[in-house]
Amino acid sequence: MQTYDIVIIGGGPAGLAAAISARKTGVESILVLERDKELGGILNQCIHNGFGLHTFKEELTGPEYAYRFVEQVLAENIEYRLNTMVMDISSDRVVTAMSKEDGMYQIKAGAIILAMGCRERPRGALNIPGYRPAGIFSAGTAQRLVNIEGYLPGRQVVILGSGDIGLIMARRMTLEGAEVKVVAELMPYSGGLKRNIVQCLDDFGIPLKLSHTVVDIEGKDHISAVTIAAVDDRGKPIPGTEERYSCDTLLLSCGLIPENELSRTAGVEMNPVTSGPIVNESLETNIPGIFACGNVLHVHDLVDYVSEEAGRAGNAAAKFVMGQLPADKGKPVEIKACDGARYTVPSTIDIDRMDDKMTLRFRVGAVYKDSYVSVYFDDERVMHNKKRIMAPGEMEQVILLKDKLVAKPHLKTITVKIEAQ
Amino acid sequence: MHDLIIIGAGVSGAAIARELSKYKLDVCVLEKCQDLCEGTSKANSGIVHAGYDATPGSLKAKLNVRGNEMMTELCKDLDIPFKRNGSLVVSIHKETVDGLKDLYDRGIQNGVKGMKILSREEALQLEPNLSDQVQGALLAETAGIICPFKLNIAMAENANVNGVEFRFNTRVEDIKKDQEGLWHIRTNNGEYICKYIVNAAGVYAGDIHNMVSQDKMSITPRRGDYCLLDKEAGGHVSHTIFPQPTNLGKGVLVSPTVHGNLIVGPTAIDIDDKEATATSQEGINILIEKASDHVKDLPMRKVITSFAGLRAHGTKGDFIIQEVKDAPGFIDCAGIESPGLTSSPAIGEMVANLLVEKLDLKKKEKWIGTRKDILNPAELSLEERNELIKKNPAYGNIVCRCESISEGEIIDAIRRPLGARTLDGIKRRTRAGMGRCQSGFCSPKTMEILHRELGLAYEEIEKSGPGSEIVLERTKNQKGGNY
Amino acid sequence: MEKRELTCIGCPMGCQITVELEDGQVLSVAGNTCGIGDKYARNEVTHPERTVTSTAIVVGGQGPRASVKTKGNVPKDKIADVMKEIDGLVLDAPVKIGDIVIKDVCGTGVDVVVTRNISKE
Repeated sequence: MQTYDIVIIGGGPAGLAAAISARKTGVESILVLERDKELGGILNQCIHNGFGLHTFKEELTGPEYAYRFVEQVLAENIEYRLNTMVMDISSDRVVTAMSKEDGMYQIKAGAIILAMGCRERPRGALNIPGYRPAGIFSAGTAQRLVNIEGYLPGRQVVILGSGDIGLIMARRMTLEGAEVKVVAELMPYSGGLKRNIVQCLDDFGIPLKLSHTVVDIEGKDHISAVTIAAVDDRGKPIPGTEERYSCDTLLLSCGLIPENELSRTAGVEMNPVTSGPIVNESLETNIPGIFACGNVLHVHDLVDYVSEEAGRAGNAAAKFVMGQLPADKGKPVEIKACDGARYTVPSTIDIDRMDDKMTLRFRVGAVYKDSYVSVYFDDERVMHNKKRIMAPGEMEQVILLKDKLVAKPHLKTITVKIEAQ
Repeated sequence: MHDLIIIGAGVSGAAIARELSKYKLDVCVLEKCQDLCEGTSKANSGIVHAGYDATPGSLKAKLNVRGNEMMTELCKDLDIPFKRNGSLVVSIHKETVDGLKDLYDRGIQNGVKGMKILSREEALQLEPNLSDQVQGALLAETAGIICPFKLNIAMAENANVNGVEFRFNTRVEDIKKDQEGLWHIRTNNGEYICKYIVNAAGVYAGDIHNMVSQDKMSITPRRGDYCLLDKEAGGHVSHTIFPQPTNLGKGVLVSPTVHGNLIVGPTAIDIDDKEATATSQEGINILIEKASDHVKDLPMRKVITSFAGLRAHGTKGDFIIQEVKDAPGFIDCAGIESPGLTSSPAIGEMVANLLVEKLDLKKKEKWIGTRKDILNPAELSLEERNELIKKNPAYGNIVCRCESISEGEIIDAIRRPLGARTLDGIKRRTRAGMGRCQSGFCSPKTMEILHRELGLAYEEIEKSGPGSEIVLERTKNQKGGNY
Repeated sequence: MEKRELTCIGCPMGCQITVELEDGQVLSVAGNTCGIGDKYARNEVTHPERTVTSTAIVVGGQGPRASVKTKGNVPKDKIADVMKEIDGLVLDAPVKIGDIVIKDVCGTGVDVVVTRNISKE
């Protein structure tokens, strides 16, 4: 069996940043396994700009952002294998991988970093009634067809869901000569960035209909029309509000789901809110030596945060294999999210193992204006930051300082909540 | 000119074709769609029924029990998955629990073996996720689960290997008999002449029948909506769970599928349009409500797709398998609704026997009754799999990551007899695209393989047949020309 | 006097801003809650600009398309013209990130550059 100190599953932005960070922390033996024919992951098809403002202080396109990391991986001589699918991960950190060239083989890893990313919610999961014809794509599949393969799915487009990929594809399809007739969003707010609503929809006069959904799909062989209708506050269509749009393409941009099949078979515990692993301050899962970062951990809004988080995971995994990560004493401080805060990453902190500063990331469950992000150490409120706006589409963060935690030796629970006052 | 033409390449047509391929007879199958298994056969519960439902003495009763008996060996010969997981008819009302005994008695009359009436406690022990209201259940051990696509495709493939021709995209428009007694079948693909016709046209069997007979037949499409749940939910029940039957059918069942998903369905909605396989919100809502009556805590959040099928419901209530009185040489195989899938091998046998007697058919000296299904590398050990990849590297390239389907399997699906030519064809043969992402990830890759293997341009690649092209055109078409 | 309604893109607030203009001169900005909105609105009504990203045909490469972008912002009303120029491109593989494929596109003074490496087939 082959052995590596660190095996990283996925060569997208998370996997690359984790690899670079682990190398810089001092680990020589690193292997990145990537299922596609090149490194960079989904960024290769995200050809729009807006990536990297935090990391590089400039606006890059997806492939350019990815290549900045690929260059570092090459410069650091980090080993990677392309066209390689990981078939299984065991709880004792044996990775089973497969490729055309190397066949099926196993690798014993000192540590594993999960960086498999996420996938799109398919139509079936949305329970849209009607026919099941050709011409219905998840927005990311259409993005790949247009940007990588160079094919236009159709010329008359309706988009369900106003996630960023859907908005971006509205502009892309328009620039390639299609007519995007409407974007329907089930929620009363868009999950996409304001900038994308303005520059991808408003710039081209594409209407965004909030609190609307698709209630019928016509066309047995190929989609020919959809009917959209307004929904009430429980998300149920309101009779009489139906509008029919003839179209040859329906794009779905209705959310992303972390891709954790491998994590589950390894016995990694999941957070039902994020559909990602439950991790501690070191981004380590319940299985010692298996770490997670990027969209497989929780779906991020900006790739810059993926890179930063993955860097932490790479660093922690490196310390783990070098024996520098203090032993898990099993009595961590729990972090609870409630009252509007849906979850936090990480979920626990072992104070001995944390860095001087730790970023706690979370998302809110609704739009909050002029509200406070509050952090409680047990019953004591220690942070109370006013935010003009918080929305489910954007990640929020608070920074915890080790000093403050060390000063509370009996601390059991840290609570993050949203407060009006 | 052929001896015999079968109209329809669904599960009945395929079963008849396979049975007839044993004999010295020139047989051709006409199918209006692009592929096998495109009508009723592709959208049903995938259940092999035990046979206690049908009225004793009916064809349904006889062929169900016979089909069920034949299934184990047939699936072994055809190398397709079949599992006798057993079924439970669950009673949730004190007032109707006695009805289970009636079913049991009917089953005995029909010759069903392995039945047992269970108390509430016994039922719950067997299936802890039954409704708290459960009063008792009828266990039928011989009931099973099967892949409806694979059964249909495997029988057709095997028939083809044994000499039966198949013509796809060939829709029957009219049938006339000439003075010599030969049938002339007009299609969108030219005329076919034959001595005998078997009408296995599913929901269109009435229309085909009425082309040759004055004794008119009507087949009503009865729509059934289904939800398919993720494999994570596949273990919610281990038996196929039915409510007590009504005059509309067996009701909404909850069952594991032979591939490990959970299926919930069908509704029963009579409609007019024989192509109307659109699901409705109302139908899905009914489904969830009814299924929850007898199975609790159904994880409906794990739905990965919903679909609708049309049962070919005949007005007489029984299968119609006979030579048409005023059209000698024309044999109906109509009204094949549930338990049609279960009965199909027996239907094939019955139609073949009918013809053997009538035409005094002789068996071929050489008939190959077995086939190998598309290899499933997941069943191999690591070493075996490595050997396989060394011999054929395409098995080392995973295309569908949800179902873990390799390029090798997809190429096999395309190259084998009556091979796949569309994304749905590949899906039904290999399961690529049938998993939880529903082909979002693999469809561009599968298209690339279809393009390479069949020399199809991307714009020509279809989901399921003409008119279902996946992409419209090259980008930059207007300006840069055709690159 | 002309009135223009805008949505600020500065943050998720998405303030609805009303700008009053006369002869191309901004008279007033209202509806914004902070300075970012004021600056955004003035820019957006006087000389709106965008970065255009798209793909270009590549011949003989490992993929049929290379992604490209305008290296800086171009006037918003030039997007269609810029796209026409990009759609007319036929590049020979290999292409590398940063390769200039159109100089000074449509007289904007901005170059179109490749944003993804496409190696030779």
